[in-house]
Amino acid sequence: MKKLHTNQIRLVVLTILVLSLVTCFPVYAGKSITIKGSDTMLILGQRWAEVYMNQNPGVVIQVTGGGSGVGIAALINGGTEICQASRPMKSSEVDKLKERFNSTGIEIPVARDGLSLYLNEENKISELTLDQLKGIYTGQITNWKEVGGDDAKIVLYGRENSSGTYVYFKDNVLKGADFSAQTQTLPGTGAIVNAISKDKDGIGYGGAAYAKGVKYCKVKKDAQTPGYEPTLENVKSGNYPISRYLFWYLRNKPTGGTKKLVDWVLSEQGQQIVNKVGYFPVK
Amino acid sequence: MEITEKKSQLESISLKKRFRLSEYIIEKIIFLSSFLAILGVVLIFVFVFREALPVLTNPEVKKEASLKLFFSTTIWQPVSDLPRYGFIPIIVGTLKVVLVALFISIPVSVGAAIYTSEFAPLRIKEYIKPAAEILAGIPSVVLGFFALMVMASFFQGIFHYTMRLNALNAGVALSFAIIPVIYSIAEDSLNSVPRSLKEASLALGANRWQTASRVSLSVAMPGILAGIILGLGRAVGETMIVLMASGNASILSANIFDSVRTMSATIAAELGEVVNGSAHYSVLFFIGASLFVFTLLINSLAHLTVGRLQRKLAGKI
Repeated sequence: MKKLHTNQIRLVVLTILVLSLVTCFPVYAGKSITIKGSDTMLILGQRWAEVYMNQNPGVVIQVTGGGSGVGIAALINGGTEICQASRPMKSSEVDKLKERFNSTGIEIPVARDGLSLYLNEENKISELTLDQLKGIYTGQITNWKEVGGDDAKIVLYGRENSSGTYVYFKDNVLKGADFSAQTQTLPGTGAIVNAISKDKDGIGYGGAAYAKGVKYCKVKKDAQTPGYEPTLENVKSGNYPISRYLFWYLRNKPTGGTKKLVDWVLSEQGQQIVNKVGYFPVK
Repeated sequence: MEITEKKSQLESISLKKRFRLSEYIIEKIIFLSSFLAILGVVLIFVFVFREALPVLTNPEVKKEASLKLFFSTTIWQPVSDLPRYGFIPIIVGTLKVVLVALFISIPVSVGAAIYTSEFAPLRIKEYIKPAAEILAGIPSVVLGFFALMVMASFFQGIFHYTMRLNALNAGVALSFAIIPVIYSIAEDSLNSVPRSLKEASLALGANRWQTASRVSLSVAMPGILAGIILGLGRAVGETMIVLMASGNASILSANIFDSVRTMSATIAAELGEVVNGSAHYSVLFFIGASLFVFTLLINSLAHLTVGRLQRKLAGKI
Protein backbone atom coordinates (compact mmCIF):
# COMPACT_ATOMS: atom_id res chain seq x y z
CA MET A 1 0.00 0.00 0.00
CA LYS A 2 2.81 2.36 0.91
CA LYS A 3 4.68 1.54 -2.27
CA LEU A 4 1.68 2.32 -4.39
CA HIS A 5 1.47 5.65 -2.68
CA THR A 6 4.99 6.73 -3.67
CA ASN A 7 4.39 5.54 -7.20
CA GLN A 8 1.32 7.69 -7.38
CA ILE A 9 3.29 10.70 -6.22
CA ARG A 10 5.90 10.01 -8.84
CA LEU A 11 3.26 9.81 -11.51
CA VAL A 12 1.78 13.13 -10.48
CA VAL A 13 5.18 14.84 -10.42
CA LEU A 14 6.05 13.45 -13.83
CA THR A 15 2.75 14.57 -15.28
CA ILE A 16 3.26 18.06 -13.97
CA LEU A 17 6.77 18.14 -15.40
CA VAL A 18 5.68 16.99 -18.83
CA LEU A 19 2.72 19.36 -18.87
CA SER A 20 4.85 22.34 -17.87
CA LEU A 21 7.37 21.47 -20.61
CA VAL A 22 4.60 21.28 -23.19
CA THR A 23 3.05 24.55 -22.10
CA CYS A 24 6.44 26.22 -22.36
CA PHE A 25 6.64 25.66 -26.09
CA PRO A 26 4.08 28.17 -27.33
CA VAL A 27 6.27 30.94 -25.87
CA TYR A 28 8.94 30.06 -28.42
CA ALA A 29 6.51 29.73 -31.27
CA GLY A 30 6.38 33.51 -31.94
CA LYS A 31 7.51 34.97 -35.24
CA SER A 32 11.28 35.13 -35.50
CA ILE A 33 13.52 37.59 -37.30
CA THR A 34 16.71 36.19 -38.81
CA ILE A 35 19.93 38.16 -39.00
CA LYS A 36 22.93 36.70 -40.83
CA GLY A 37 26.28 37.91 -42.07
CA SER A 38 29.56 39.47 -41.00
CA ASP A 39 31.54 37.72 -38.27
CA THR A 40 32.91 41.10 -37.16
CA MET A 41 29.37 42.20 -36.38
CA LEU A 42 28.28 38.92 -34.84
CA ILE A 43 28.80 40.03 -31.23
CA LEU A 44 27.17 43.40 -31.94
CA GLY A 45 24.14 41.69 -33.50
CA GLN A 46 23.83 39.26 -30.63
CA ARG A 47 24.03 42.04 -28.04
CA TRP A 48 21.30 43.96 -29.87
CA ALA A 49 19.15 40.85 -30.08
CA GLU A 50 19.55 40.04 -26.38
CA VAL A 51 18.53 43.49 -25.18
CA TYR A 52 15.72 43.82 -27.73
CA MET A 53 14.27 40.41 -26.89
CA ASN A 54 14.39 41.27 -23.18
CA GLN A 55 12.41 44.43 -23.79
CA ASN A 56 9.97 42.84 -26.23
CA PRO A 57 8.92 39.43 -24.96
CA GLY A 58 7.51 37.28 -27.72
CA VAL A 59 9.93 38.55 -30.35
CA VAL A 60 12.60 36.04 -31.33
CA ILE A 61 15.72 37.16 -33.15
CA GLN A 62 18.22 34.64 -34.51
CA VAL A 63 21.70 35.97 -35.19
CA THR A 64 24.28 33.94 -37.10
CA GLY A 65 27.66 34.72 -38.63
CA GLY A 66 29.43 33.22 -41.61
CA GLY A 67 30.89 36.36 -43.15
CA SER A 68 29.57 39.36 -45.07
CA GLY A 69 29.55 37.46 -48.36
CA VAL A 70 27.60 34.58 -46.88
CA GLY A 71 25.06 36.98 -45.39
CA ILE A 72 24.54 38.81 -48.68
CA ALA A 73 24.14 35.51 -50.50
CA ALA A 74 21.48 34.50 -47.97
CA LEU A 75 19.72 37.83 -48.50
CA ILE A 76 19.62 37.14 -52.25
CA ASN A 77 18.43 33.55 -51.76
CA GLY A 78 15.76 34.62 -49.30
CA GLY A 79 17.52 32.75 -46.47
CA THR A 80 17.60 35.74 -44.15
CA GLU A 81 15.59 38.89 -43.56
CA ILE A 82 18.42 41.10 -42.41
CA CYS A 83 22.01 40.83 -43.58
CA GLN A 84 24.90 42.26 -41.56
CA ALA A 85 27.83 43.32 -43.72
CA SER A 86 31.11 45.03 -42.90
CA ARG A 87 31.50 46.09 -46.54
CA PRO A 88 29.14 47.67 -49.07
CA MET A 89 27.34 45.31 -51.44
CA LYS A 90 29.15 44.78 -54.75
CA SER A 91 27.33 45.84 -57.92
CA SER A 92 27.20 42.20 -59.06
CA GLU A 93 25.38 41.32 -55.85
CA VAL A 94 22.93 44.22 -56.27
CA ASP A 95 22.22 42.97 -59.82
CA LYS A 96 21.44 39.49 -58.55
CA LEU A 97 19.11 40.86 -55.89
CA LYS A 98 17.31 42.97 -58.52
CA GLU A 99 16.91 39.92 -60.74
CA ARG A 100 15.22 37.88 -58.04
CA PHE A 101 13.28 40.41 -55.99
CA ASN A 102 13.06 43.43 -58.31
CA SER A 103 14.65 45.60 -55.63
CA THR A 104 18.09 47.12 -55.20
CA GLY A 105 17.94 46.47 -51.46
CA ILE A 106 17.90 48.87 -48.55
CA GLU A 107 21.27 49.84 -47.11
CA ILE A 108 21.27 51.01 -43.48
CA PRO A 109 24.57 52.05 -41.88
CA VAL A 110 24.22 50.90 -38.26
CA ALA A 111 27.69 51.50 -36.80
CA ARG A 112 31.19 52.72 -37.59
CA ASP A 113 34.39 50.86 -37.03
CA GLY A 114 37.77 52.58 -36.66
CA LEU A 115 41.17 50.93 -36.33
CA SER A 116 43.76 52.51 -34.03
CA LEU A 117 47.51 52.52 -34.48
CA TYR A 118 49.68 52.58 -31.37
CA LEU A 119 53.22 53.82 -30.81
CA ASN A 120 55.41 53.92 -27.75
CA GLU A 121 55.19 57.26 -25.95
CA GLU A 122 58.92 57.86 -26.45
CA ASN A 123 58.66 57.54 -30.21
CA LYS A 124 59.32 60.87 -31.97
CA ILE A 125 56.85 60.01 -34.70
CA SER A 126 53.29 61.11 -34.05
CA GLU A 127 51.69 60.80 -37.46
CA LEU A 128 52.02 58.57 -40.52
CA THR A 129 50.35 58.51 -43.92
CA LEU A 130 48.47 55.48 -45.20
CA ASP A 131 51.24 54.87 -47.76
CA GLN A 132 53.88 54.91 -45.03
CA LEU A 133 51.83 52.46 -42.98
CA LYS A 134 51.54 50.16 -45.97
CA GLY A 135 55.32 50.39 -46.50
CA ILE A 136 56.00 49.68 -42.83
CA TYR A 137 53.70 46.64 -42.59
CA THR A 138 54.73 45.11 -45.93
CA GLY A 139 58.39 45.38 -44.95
CA GLN A 140 59.51 48.02 -47.45
CA ILE A 141 60.17 50.57 -44.72
CA THR A 142 62.21 48.97 -41.94
CA ASN A 143 63.81 51.92 -40.15
CA TRP A 144 62.11 54.74 -38.31
CA LYS A 145 64.48 57.29 -39.90
CA GLU A 146 62.87 56.61 -43.29
CA VAL A 147 59.69 58.24 -41.99
CA GLY A 148 61.42 61.00 -40.04
CA GLY A 149 62.16 59.27 -36.74
CA ASP A 150 65.26 58.03 -34.94
CA ASP A 151 67.71 55.61 -36.51
CA ALA A 152 66.17 52.41 -35.15
CA LYS A 153 64.64 49.31 -36.63
CA ILE A 154 60.85 49.25 -36.70
CA VAL A 155 59.38 46.41 -34.66
CA LEU A 156 56.03 45.31 -36.08
CA TYR A 157 53.17 44.00 -33.98
CA GLY A 158 49.86 42.76 -35.33
CA ARG A 159 46.91 40.50 -34.76
CA GLU A 160 46.65 36.79 -35.54
CA ASN A 161 45.42 35.94 -39.03
CA SER A 162 42.25 34.44 -37.57
CA SER A 163 41.13 37.90 -36.47
CA GLY A 164 38.75 40.13 -38.45
CA THR A 165 41.01 43.06 -37.62
CA TYR A 166 43.87 41.34 -39.45
CA VAL A 167 41.77 41.00 -42.58
CA TYR A 168 40.45 44.55 -42.31
CA PHE A 169 43.94 46.00 -41.96
CA LYS A 170 45.22 43.85 -44.82
CA ASP A 171 42.38 44.90 -47.12
CA ASN A 172 42.23 48.59 -46.26
CA VAL A 173 45.76 49.63 -45.34
CA LEU A 174 47.90 47.08 -47.17
CA LYS A 175 45.42 47.07 -50.09
CA GLY A 176 45.51 43.28 -50.16
CA ALA A 177 49.31 42.89 -50.01
CA ASP A 178 50.81 40.37 -47.58
CA PHE A 179 52.13 41.33 -44.15
CA SER A 180 55.90 41.28 -43.68
CA ALA A 181 57.17 38.02 -42.18
CA GLN A 182 58.74 40.13 -39.44
CA THR A 183 55.32 40.98 -38.03
CA GLN A 184 54.98 39.60 -34.51
CA THR A 185 51.46 38.47 -33.92
CA LEU A 186 49.98 38.58 -30.45
CA PRO A 187 46.67 37.33 -29.10
CA GLY A 188 44.38 40.31 -28.59
CA THR A 189 44.65 44.09 -28.65
CA GLY A 190 45.59 44.09 -24.95
CA ALA A 191 48.76 42.07 -25.51
CA ILE A 192 49.77 44.34 -28.39
CA VAL A 193 49.31 47.49 -26.32
CA ASN A 194 51.28 45.98 -23.43
CA ALA A 195 54.12 44.95 -25.72
CA ILE A 196 54.33 48.41 -27.27
CA SER A 197 54.35 50.09 -23.88
CA LYS A 198 57.63 48.21 -23.25
CA ASP A 199 59.07 48.51 -26.75
CA LYS A 200 60.12 51.99 -27.81
CA ASP A 201 60.49 51.04 -31.48
CA GLY A 202 57.22 49.15 -31.72
CA ILE A 203 54.11 49.86 -33.77
CA GLY A 204 50.82 48.00 -33.57
CA TYR A 205 47.17 48.15 -34.57
CA GLY A 206 43.91 47.09 -32.99
CA GLY A 207 40.67 48.30 -31.48
CA ALA A 208 40.37 51.21 -29.07
CA ALA A 209 42.54 50.60 -25.99
CA TYR A 210 44.43 52.62 -23.47
CA ALA A 211 47.65 51.89 -21.65
CA LYS A 212 50.41 53.74 -19.88
CA GLY A 213 53.34 54.49 -22.14
CA VAL A 214 51.37 54.10 -25.37
CA LYS A 215 50.04 56.80 -27.67
CA TYR A 216 47.77 56.79 -30.68
CA CYS A 217 49.43 57.43 -33.99
CA LYS A 218 47.66 60.09 -36.04
CA VAL A 219 46.84 58.83 -39.51
CA LYS A 220 46.93 60.95 -42.65
CA LYS A 221 45.14 60.04 -45.85
CA ASP A 222 48.11 61.39 -47.86
CA ALA A 223 51.05 63.74 -47.33
CA GLN A 224 48.91 66.91 -47.84
CA THR A 225 46.04 66.26 -45.47
CA PRO A 226 46.37 66.73 -41.70
CA GLY A 227 46.64 63.71 -39.39
CA TYR A 228 43.72 62.62 -37.23
CA GLU A 229 43.43 60.59 -34.08
CA PRO A 230 40.81 57.82 -33.91
CA THR A 231 38.44 59.80 -31.69
CA LEU A 232 34.67 59.58 -31.80
CA GLU A 233 34.34 62.91 -33.68
CA ASN A 234 37.03 62.09 -36.24
CA VAL A 235 35.61 58.67 -36.97
CA LYS A 236 32.08 60.04 -37.16
CA SER A 237 33.03 62.89 -39.47
CA GLY A 238 34.96 60.50 -41.70
CA ASN A 239 38.22 62.40 -41.26
CA TYR A 240 39.99 59.42 -39.74
CA PRO A 241 41.01 57.41 -42.80
CA ILE A 242 40.98 53.86 -41.42
CA SER A 243 37.32 53.59 -40.63
CA ARG A 244 34.41 51.90 -42.27
CA TYR A 245 30.66 51.68 -42.00
CA LEU A 246 29.00 48.53 -40.78
CA PHE A 247 25.75 47.90 -42.63
CA TRP A 248 22.45 46.19 -42.34
CA TYR A 249 20.93 45.18 -45.68
CA LEU A 250 17.27 44.42 -46.28
CA ARG A 251 15.48 43.38 -49.44
CA ASN A 252 12.62 45.86 -49.12
CA LYS A 253 11.60 48.78 -46.96
CA PRO A 254 11.15 47.32 -43.47
CA THR A 255 7.63 46.90 -42.15
CA GLY A 256 6.06 45.72 -38.90
CA GLY A 257 8.36 43.99 -36.43
CA THR A 258 11.43 44.41 -38.60
CA LYS A 259 10.84 48.17 -38.88
CA LYS A 260 10.51 48.40 -35.11
CA LEU A 261 13.82 46.57 -34.69
CA VAL A 262 15.63 48.79 -37.21
CA ASP A 263 14.28 51.93 -35.60
CA TRP A 264 15.37 50.69 -32.18
CA VAL A 265 18.89 49.83 -33.41
CA LEU A 266 19.27 53.38 -34.73
CA SER A 267 17.81 54.87 -31.55
CA GLU A 268 19.96 56.24 -28.76
CA GLN A 269 19.65 53.01 -26.79
CA GLY A 270 20.65 50.84 -29.74
CA GLN A 271 23.61 53.07 -30.52
CA GLN A 272 24.74 52.93 -26.88
CA ILE A 273 25.19 49.20 -27.34
CA VAL A 274 27.37 49.93 -30.37
CA ASN A 275 29.61 51.96 -28.10
CA LYS A 276 29.73 49.22 -25.47
CA VAL A 277 30.75 46.55 -27.96
CA GLY A 278 33.65 48.78 -29.07
CA TYR A 279 32.48 50.41 -32.27
CA PHE A 280 31.41 53.97 -32.96
CA PRO A 281 27.77 55.04 -33.27
CA VAL A 282 26.50 56.46 -36.56
CA LYS A 283 24.38 59.20 -34.99
CA MET B 1 5.80 -15.96 12.74
CA GLU B 2 6.04 -18.02 9.59
CA ILE B 3 5.61 -14.94 7.47
CA THR B 4 8.35 -12.98 9.19
CA GLU B 5 10.71 -15.90 8.85
CA LYS B 6 10.03 -16.13 5.14
CA LYS B 7 10.43 -12.43 4.82
CA SER B 8 13.82 -12.43 6.51
CA GLN B 9 14.88 -15.33 4.33
CA LEU B 10 13.81 -13.45 1.24
CA GLU B 11 15.53 -10.36 2.41
CA SER B 12 18.79 -12.19 3.00
CA ILE B 13 18.66 -13.62 -0.51
CA SER B 14 17.84 -10.30 -2.10
CA LEU B 15 20.55 -8.68 0.00
CA LYS B 16 23.02 -11.20 -1.29
CA LYS B 17 21.89 -10.64 -4.85
CA ARG B 18 21.95 -6.88 -4.51
CA PHE B 19 25.43 -7.10 -3.05
CA ARG B 20 26.67 -9.06 -5.98
CA LEU B 21 24.98 -6.73 -8.41
CA SER B 22 26.64 -3.68 -6.89
CA GLU B 23 29.97 -5.45 -6.94
CA TYR B 24 29.43 -6.28 -10.58
CA ILE B 25 28.49 -2.69 -11.38
CA ILE B 26 31.44 -1.24 -9.52
CA GLU B 27 33.80 -3.63 -11.21
CA LYS B 28 32.45 -2.59 -14.58
CA ILE B 29 32.73 1.09 -13.66
CA ILE B 30 36.36 0.67 -12.70
CA PHE B 31 37.03 -1.25 -15.86
CA LEU B 32 35.29 1.46 -17.88
CA SER B 33 37.31 4.25 -16.31
CA SER B 34 40.56 2.48 -17.09
CA PHE B 35 39.28 1.76 -20.57
CA LEU B 36 38.24 5.41 -21.04
CA ALA B 37 41.86 6.56 -20.96
CA ILE B 38 42.71 4.27 -23.84
CA LEU B 39 39.51 5.14 -25.65
CA GLY B 40 40.31 8.84 -25.27
CA VAL B 41 43.72 8.45 -26.84
CA VAL B 42 42.33 6.38 -29.69
CA LEU B 43 39.46 8.80 -30.38
CA ILE B 44 41.72 11.85 -30.34
CA PHE B 45 44.15 10.04 -32.61
CA VAL B 46 41.41 9.13 -35.08
CA PHE B 47 39.88 12.63 -35.01
CA VAL B 48 43.14 14.51 -35.50
CA PHE B 49 44.26 12.25 -38.32
CA ARG B 50 40.88 12.29 -40.03
CA GLU B 51 40.87 16.09 -40.09
CA ALA B 52 44.47 16.17 -41.33
CA LEU B 53 43.89 13.60 -44.07
CA PRO B 54 42.64 15.99 -46.82
CA VAL B 55 46.21 17.31 -47.06
CA LEU B 56 47.21 13.90 -48.43
CA THR B 57 44.05 12.87 -50.30
CA ASN B 58 41.73 15.73 -51.27
CA PRO B 59 42.76 17.14 -54.67
CA GLU B 60 41.06 20.49 -53.93
CA VAL B 61 43.07 20.95 -50.74
CA LYS B 62 46.24 19.59 -52.31
CA LYS B 63 46.27 22.43 -54.82
CA GLU B 64 46.82 24.82 -51.92
CA ALA B 65 48.55 22.62 -49.40
CA SER B 66 50.39 19.36 -49.95
CA LEU B 67 53.49 17.76 -48.49
CA LYS B 68 55.51 19.05 -51.43
CA LEU B 69 54.25 22.60 -50.99
CA PHE B 70 54.95 22.55 -47.24
CA PHE B 71 58.65 22.22 -47.90
CA SER B 72 58.99 24.18 -51.14
CA THR B 73 58.41 27.58 -49.56
CA THR B 74 59.94 29.29 -46.55
CA ILE B 75 56.93 31.53 -45.94
CA TRP B 76 54.04 30.91 -43.57
CA GLN B 77 51.24 33.14 -44.87
CA PRO B 78 47.92 31.29 -44.66
CA VAL B 79 45.64 34.30 -45.14
CA SER B 80 46.58 35.73 -48.49
CA ASP B 81 45.50 35.78 -52.14
CA LEU B 82 48.13 33.10 -52.56
CA PRO B 83 48.17 31.15 -49.30
CA ARG B 84 51.56 29.68 -48.46
CA TYR B 85 52.02 27.08 -45.78
CA GLY B 86 55.78 26.80 -45.38
CA PHE B 87 56.57 24.34 -42.60
CA ILE B 88 60.30 25.10 -42.53
CA PRO B 89 60.13 28.38 -40.55
CA ILE B 90 57.77 26.96 -37.92
CA ILE B 91 59.75 23.72 -37.53
CA VAL B 92 63.00 25.67 -37.20
CA GLY B 93 61.23 28.06 -34.80
CA THR B 94 60.06 25.19 -32.61
CA LEU B 95 63.55 23.66 -32.58
CA LYS B 96 65.15 26.98 -31.67
CA VAL B 97 62.90 27.51 -28.66
CA VAL B 98 63.16 23.89 -27.49
CA LEU B 99 66.96 23.85 -27.81
CA VAL B 100 67.30 27.05 -25.79
CA ALA B 101 64.96 25.62 -23.14
CA LEU B 102 66.83 22.30 -22.91
CA PHE B 103 70.22 24.02 -22.95
CA ILE B 104 69.21 25.88 -19.80
CA SER B 105 67.02 23.36 -18.02
CA ILE B 106 69.16 20.19 -18.33
CA PRO B 107 72.24 21.47 -16.47
CA VAL B 108 70.15 23.39 -13.94
CA SER B 109 67.74 20.59 -13.10
CA VAL B 110 70.27 17.74 -13.14
CA GLY B 111 72.72 19.82 -11.11
CA ALA B 112 70.01 20.66 -8.61
CA ALA B 113 69.00 17.00 -8.40
CA ILE B 114 72.59 15.91 -7.71
CA TYR B 115 72.97 18.60 -5.08
CA THR B 116 69.76 17.79 -3.24
CA SER B 117 70.20 14.03 -3.27
CA GLU B 118 73.95 13.81 -2.61
CA PHE B 119 75.22 16.94 -0.92
CA ALA B 120 72.49 19.11 0.53
CA PRO B 121 71.99 19.09 4.29
CA LEU B 122 68.48 18.12 5.27
CA ARG B 123 67.49 21.67 6.19
CA ILE B 124 68.27 23.06 2.73
CA LYS B 125 66.69 20.04 1.08
CA GLU B 126 63.47 20.87 2.87
CA TYR B 127 63.39 24.22 1.06
CA ILE B 128 64.54 23.16 -2.40
CA LYS B 129 62.04 20.39 -3.00
CA PRO B 130 58.87 22.38 -2.19
CA ALA B 131 60.26 25.29 -4.21
CA ALA B 132 60.52 23.04 -7.25
CA GLU B 133 57.01 21.83 -6.66
CA ILE B 134 55.71 25.40 -6.52
CA LEU B 135 57.52 26.14 -9.79
CA ALA B 136 55.75 23.16 -11.33
CA GLY B 137 52.43 24.50 -10.11
CA ILE B 138 52.69 27.93 -11.76
CA PRO B 139 50.13 28.09 -14.58
CA SER B 140 51.84 28.44 -17.95
CA VAL B 141 49.82 31.53 -18.80
CA VAL B 142 51.35 33.26 -15.78
CA LEU B 143 54.86 32.25 -16.87
CA GLY B 144 54.04 33.53 -20.36
CA PHE B 145 52.78 36.85 -19.06
CA PHE B 146 55.85 37.23 -16.86
CA ALA B 147 58.05 36.58 -19.90
CA LEU B 148 56.06 39.05 -22.00
CA MET B 149 56.15 41.88 -19.51
CA VAL B 150 59.26 41.49 -17.36
CA MET B 151 61.78 39.01 -18.74
CA ALA B 152 61.70 40.39 -22.28
CA SER B 153 62.72 43.87 -21.11
CA PHE B 154 65.37 42.40 -18.81
CA PHE B 155 67.04 40.44 -21.62
CA GLN B 156 66.73 43.37 -24.00
CA GLY B 157 68.62 45.46 -21.47
CA ILE B 158 71.45 42.89 -21.42
CA PHE B 159 71.73 41.89 -25.07
CA HIS B 160 70.39 45.05 -26.81
CA TYR B 161 68.50 43.29 -29.59
CA THR B 162 65.66 44.78 -31.63
CA MET B 163 62.92 42.24 -31.10
CA ARG B 164 61.85 42.08 -27.48
CA LEU B 165 59.96 38.86 -27.94
CA ASN B 166 62.18 36.17 -29.40
CA ALA B 167 63.42 32.59 -29.21
CA LEU B 168 65.72 33.30 -26.26
CA ASN B 169 62.94 34.88 -24.22
CA ALA B 170 60.48 32.07 -24.97
CA GLY B 171 63.13 29.41 -24.39
CA VAL B 172 64.06 30.75 -20.97
CA ALA B 173 60.38 31.02 -19.98
CA LEU B 174 59.83 27.49 -21.24
CA SER B 175 62.76 26.20 -19.18
CA PHE B 176 60.92 27.35 -16.04
CA ALA B 177 58.16 24.96 -17.01
CA ILE B 178 60.38 21.96 -17.71
CA ILE B 179 62.99 22.34 -14.97
CA PRO B 180 60.61 20.88 -12.33
CA VAL B 181 59.71 18.00 -14.67
CA ILE B 182 63.32 16.94 -15.19
CA TYR B 183 64.33 17.78 -11.62
CA SER B 184 61.72 15.65 -9.88
CA ILE B 185 62.38 12.56 -12.02
CA ALA B 186 66.16 12.95 -11.83
CA GLU B 187 65.99 13.46 -8.08
CA ASP B 188 63.84 10.35 -7.66
CA SER B 189 66.18 8.16 -9.65
CA LEU B 190 69.25 9.50 -7.84
CA ASN B 191 67.57 8.76 -4.52
CA SER B 192 66.84 5.20 -5.55
CA VAL B 193 70.51 4.42 -6.16
CA PRO B 194 71.26 1.62 -3.63
CA ARG B 195 73.08 2.81 -0.52
CA SER B 196 75.43 -0.16 -0.74
CA LEU B 197 76.89 1.13 -4.01
CA LYS B 198 77.68 4.53 -2.55
CA GLU B 199 79.11 2.99 0.59
CA ALA B 200 81.29 0.64 -1.44
CA SER B 201 82.60 3.57 -3.46
CA LEU B 202 83.38 5.58 -0.35
CA ALA B 203 85.02 2.58 1.30
CA LEU B 204 87.32 2.22 -1.70
CA GLY B 205 88.63 5.70 -0.99
CA ALA B 206 86.59 7.78 -3.45
CA ASN B 207 85.54 11.18 -2.15
CA ARG B 208 81.94 12.45 -2.17
CA TRP B 209 82.20 14.21 -5.51
CA GLN B 210 83.75 11.15 -7.18
CA THR B 211 81.03 8.97 -5.72
CA ALA B 212 78.28 11.32 -6.86
CA SER B 213 79.57 11.90 -10.38
CA ARG B 214 80.85 8.43 -11.24
CA VAL B 215 78.70 6.06 -9.23
CA SER B 216 75.34 7.65 -8.41
CA LEU B 217 75.03 9.62 -11.64
CA SER B 218 75.84 6.69 -13.90
CA VAL B 219 73.52 4.34 -12.07
CA ALA B 220 70.70 6.90 -12.15
CA MET B 221 71.35 7.80 -15.80
CA PRO B 222 68.38 5.87 -17.29
CA GLY B 223 65.98 7.72 -14.99
CA ILE B 224 67.58 11.09 -15.67
CA LEU B 225 67.38 10.44 -19.41
CA ALA B 226 63.73 9.55 -19.09
CA GLY B 227 63.17 12.84 -17.25
CA ILE B 228 64.94 14.82 -19.96
CA ILE B 229 62.89 13.18 -22.67
CA LEU B 230 59.67 13.88 -20.79
CA GLY B 231 60.81 17.49 -20.46
CA LEU B 232 61.46 17.57 -24.20
CA GLY B 233 57.93 16.34 -24.87
CA ARG B 234 56.51 19.05 -22.62
CA ALA B 235 58.68 21.68 -24.32
CA VAL B 236 57.52 20.74 -27.82
CA GLY B 237 53.87 20.73 -26.84
CA GLU B 238 53.80 23.74 -24.50
CA THR B 239 51.63 26.41 -26.09
CA MET B 240 50.68 29.31 -23.87
CA ILE B 241 54.21 30.31 -22.88
CA VAL B 242 55.51 30.42 -26.44
CA LEU B 243 52.33 32.05 -27.74
CA MET B 244 52.91 34.98 -25.39
CA ALA B 245 56.69 35.16 -25.22
CA SER B 246 57.99 34.31 -28.68
CA GLY B 247 56.44 37.09 -30.80
CA ASN B 248 55.01 34.56 -33.29
CA ALA B 249 56.64 36.03 -36.39
CA SER B 250 57.50 33.25 -38.83
CA ILE B 251 61.06 34.33 -39.53
CA LEU B 252 63.50 31.74 -40.86
CA SER B 253 66.92 32.35 -39.33
CA ALA B 254 69.45 30.78 -36.99
CA ASN B 255 69.57 33.85 -34.76
CA ILE B 256 68.03 33.19 -31.34
CA PHE B 257 67.36 36.91 -30.96
CA ASP B 258 64.78 36.78 -33.79
CA SER B 259 61.12 36.33 -33.11
CA VAL B 260 59.89 32.80 -33.81
CA ARG B 261 56.62 31.01 -34.49
CA THR B 262 56.31 27.50 -33.09
CA MET B 263 54.06 24.68 -34.27
CA SER B 264 51.91 24.55 -31.14
CA ALA B 265 51.44 28.34 -31.00
CA THR B 266 50.44 28.35 -34.67
CA ILE B 267 47.62 25.92 -33.98
CA ALA B 268 46.47 27.82 -30.91
CA ALA B 269 46.50 31.18 -32.63
CA GLU B 270 44.89 30.24 -35.92
CA LEU B 271 42.43 27.45 -35.24
CA GLY B 272 39.99 29.79 -33.50
CA GLU B 273 38.26 31.20 -36.55
CA VAL B 274 39.52 29.18 -39.46
CA VAL B 275 36.80 27.99 -41.83
CA ASN B 276 35.88 24.41 -40.98
CA GLY B 277 37.00 22.06 -43.73
CA SER B 278 39.20 24.56 -45.58
CA ALA B 279 42.78 23.84 -46.60
CA HIS B 280 44.03 26.03 -43.76
CA TYR B 281 41.98 23.95 -41.29
CA SER B 282 43.44 20.68 -42.56
CA VAL B 283 46.95 22.10 -42.47
CA LEU B 284 46.56 23.08 -38.81
CA PHE B 285 45.39 19.56 -38.00
CA PHE B 286 48.29 18.21 -39.99
CA ILE B 287 50.63 20.17 -37.72
CA GLY B 288 48.81 18.69 -34.73
CA ALA B 289 49.16 15.19 -36.14
CA SER B 290 52.89 15.78 -36.73
CA LEU B 291 53.33 16.90 -33.14
CA PHE B 292 51.41 13.82 -32.02
CA VAL B 293 53.64 11.47 -34.02
CA PHE B 294 56.74 13.31 -32.87
CA THR B 295 55.96 12.95 -29.16
CA LEU B 296 54.92 9.34 -29.70
CA LEU B 297 58.29 8.63 -31.35
CA ILE B 298 60.16 10.42 -28.58
CA ASN B 299 58.34 8.45 -25.91
CA SER B 300 59.01 5.10 -27.55
CA LEU B 301 62.62 6.09 -28.05
CA ALA B 302 62.82 6.94 -24.38
CA HIS B 303 61.41 3.55 -23.41
CA LEU B 304 63.87 1.77 -25.68
CA THR B 305 66.99 3.62 -24.55
CA VAL B 306 66.07 3.56 -20.90
CA GLY B 307 65.38 -0.18 -21.04
CA ARG B 308 68.63 -0.86 -22.85
CA LEU B 309 70.63 1.29 -20.46
CA GLN B 310 69.04 -0.40 -17.49
CA ARG B 311 69.88 -3.85 -18.83
CA LYS B 312 73.41 -2.77 -19.61
CA LEU B 313 73.90 -1.35 -16.13
CA ALA B 314 72.40 -4.44 -14.53
CA GLY B 315 74.80 -6.62 -16.52
CA LYS B 316 77.73 -4.54 -15.45
CA ILE B 317 76.79 -4.58 -11.81
